[in-house]
Amino acid sequence: MKKVIMGNHALSYGAMLSRSQVIAAYPITPQTQVVELLSEMCADGTLQAKFIKVESEHSAMAACIGASAAGARAFTATSSQGLALMHEMLHWASGGRLPVVLGNINRAMAPGWTIWTDQNDSLSQRDTGWIQFYCASNQEVVDTVIQAFKVSEALAIPSMVVLDAFALSHTYEVVDIPDQAKVDAYLPPFNPPYRVTPDDPRAFGGLTGPEHYMELRYKLQKDMEKVPEMIERTGREYETTFGRYLGLVDDYLCDDAEIILVTSGTAGYTARVAVDEMRDRGLKVGNLRIKVFRPFPFEIVRRLTQSAKKIAVVDRNISYGHHGIFAQELKSAIYGHGGYKPVFGFIAGLGGRDITPASFREVVDTTISHERSEEEIVWIGVKK
Amino acid sequence: MKPKKEIKKVVFQSAEEMPTMPMSIGNMLWNKTGSWRNIRPEIRLEDCIQCGICWKFCPDMSIEIEAEWPVVNYDYCKGCGICAEECPAKCILMVEERK
Amino acid sequence: MIEMRFHGRGGQGTVVASKILADALAKEGNFVQAYPEFGVERRGAPVFSFIRIDNKPIYDKSRIYAPDHVVVVDPTLVEAIDVTEGLKDGGWIIINSDKKPADFKFPAKFKVATINATEIAVRNKLGTLGAPIVNTAITGAIVKILNLTKLESLLEAIGDVITIKPQNNQKAAREAYEKA
Ligand code: SF4
Ligand code: SF4
Repeated sequence: MKKVIMGNHALSYGAMLSRSQVIAAYPITPQTQVVELLSEMCADGTLQAKFIKVESEHSAMAACIGASAAGARAFTATSSQGLALMHEMLHWASGGRLPVVLGNINRAMAPGWTIWTDQNDSLSQRDTGWIQFYCASNQEVVDTVIQAFKVSEALAIPSMVVLDAFALSHTYEVVDIPDQAKVDAYLPPFNPPYRVTPDDPRAFGGLTGPEHYMELRYKLQKDMEKVPEMIERTGREYETTFGRYLGLVDDYLCDDAEIILVTSGTAGYTARVAVDEMRDRGLKVGNLRIKVFRPFPFEIVRRLTQSAKKIAVVDRNISYGHHGIFAQELKSAIYGHGGYKPVFGFIAGLGGRDITPASFREVVDTTISHERSEEEIVWIGVKK
Repeated sequence: MKPKKEIKKVVFQSAEEMPTMPMSIGNMLWNKTGSWRNIRPEIRLEDCIQCGICWKFCPDMSIEIEAEWPVVNYDYCKGCGICAEECPAKCILMVEERK
Repeated sequence: MIEMRFHGRGGQGTVVASKILADALAKEGNFVQAYPEFGVERRGAPVFSFIRIDNKPIYDKSRIYAPDHVVVVDPTLVEAIDVTEGLKDGGWIIINSDKKPADFKFPAKFKVATINATEIAVRNKLGTLGAPIVNTAITGAIVKILNLTKLESLLEAIGDVITIKPQNNQKAAREAYEKA
């Protein structure tokens, strides 16, 4: 069934079709409609789930952790400052190996007070042990939530499904809403090996001495390493049923490209428009949109950038004192694999400043006209 | 119901044999945390007014109500003294643990 | 690809108008993208909403700066702001107004159409006399002038989106369609 829906409702539909059993969330702009629709769905019986009202995002995640530990499929959504407040609990979910799925609307961090998009909120949670998906369309949001539950539950690692504030959250697009019976066949009920139950009482997340802690972390990392393969496999399964492949990256004209743009989120779609224009001008440019940021898809990124002469990474985020976060990842991915290849790091679109096809033209012009990047960061559109 | 099993410290020799989730390796039915206690609550039932406050306040759910009277479950009571503090009849005494 | 901008005031249902249009277009197999002005909306203040329409997937997620057409839901805005900002040559300016197109002094490179959506809305008891809800009526005129969709698809979309007095809204859209 095709429907015109906003990105926030795409998250709600994803959670509904996944038959989430517990939803706990605290409202924050620009995430509000996600939970509004879910609470309506819970009230009118469309979704058989317990909706838990909480007093903060920290409690929202705590409630999801409790629910997941008890064997329920748990979903929440937040943004920016709300995600920051959840930080402690994010570690509890991943450390506890609880496959919660969280929708995060990318909103820049205050101050200055802001509600517009950039990725510093979710990327600040890089090392919490969560899988991170970055979406570029409302269709991808619905599909990815369903896939995220499948991947998370198979490997006992929680997932964050990330979308840009306004450019997706409040933008209406045509979405093919997957059929419930087919989703049920793709995503069977959550059935963890252990759960909080009076029949087999255990303490979860208790004191763990130096003789065991490191092994727990080793196991989390080992399972994280299995995620890329799992995403590709479940993505192909999804394609068989629904006709849409859900992979680690979205590569556009990379095979013969001399310059590859590395992008993410909605800017990763806008980049395609610029690539088309530049191809018309005879420039061999391709676009590699990174969809899964954690675990970073090293192998496929290496393979797709192999024949390119230069790489231009466009970051809608910044690691102060270093540079763009995707640029760092890209460099670490290709280091030691093949000869030297210049990586240009661009920063654009912070705090909701628009990233347009013209921004990418500027990026490509700079990349073409320089042998190697003269500065660690090339700023796009900043009033210096 | 309660298996008579000794609490033994389990040390795994490999990551593989460990469960994925960080959780008590043993079942809590035999992992009796009451051994951590060094003072114990004793209830003078003759002064007890059966208000149930101790039952409600115990953070370890170690006070059970049996036939309307509070009874301490020493298998799990950690001796924190909260029940004694909260008891309005002041009929719970914290006494030195007899080893 | 067609790109359009709607001008209205907060609370007039400007965003809903673009959503209805998006729904109607999607019913006929088009790809659409409709979005409000990014940010906070205040009742009574000038607001925008936007729509992109194409027969293939729309990848451009940047904002619309040079629309093909503009729609002015609130006639007082013509005086208050420049509704032609960025408007492409030959583009339509569709205004909710009781005046004739020639009464507006826009550069000749633009085409002007007027529809008295306020009168239609009042007659169909949409909103109140002081604050009529004109967004559904105006979609009828847009669809006709720009030849975007069949009237039936629009009426169906209004039935899907509008929960209060859907029939009156459909009637208003039909009247505007016929008059435009
Ligand atoms: S001492 Fe503490 S743990 Fe023991 S019964 Fe009293 S309140 Fe519970
Ligand atoms: S709090 Fe004191 S008085 Fe009340 S039930 Fe417990 S022991 Fe008895």
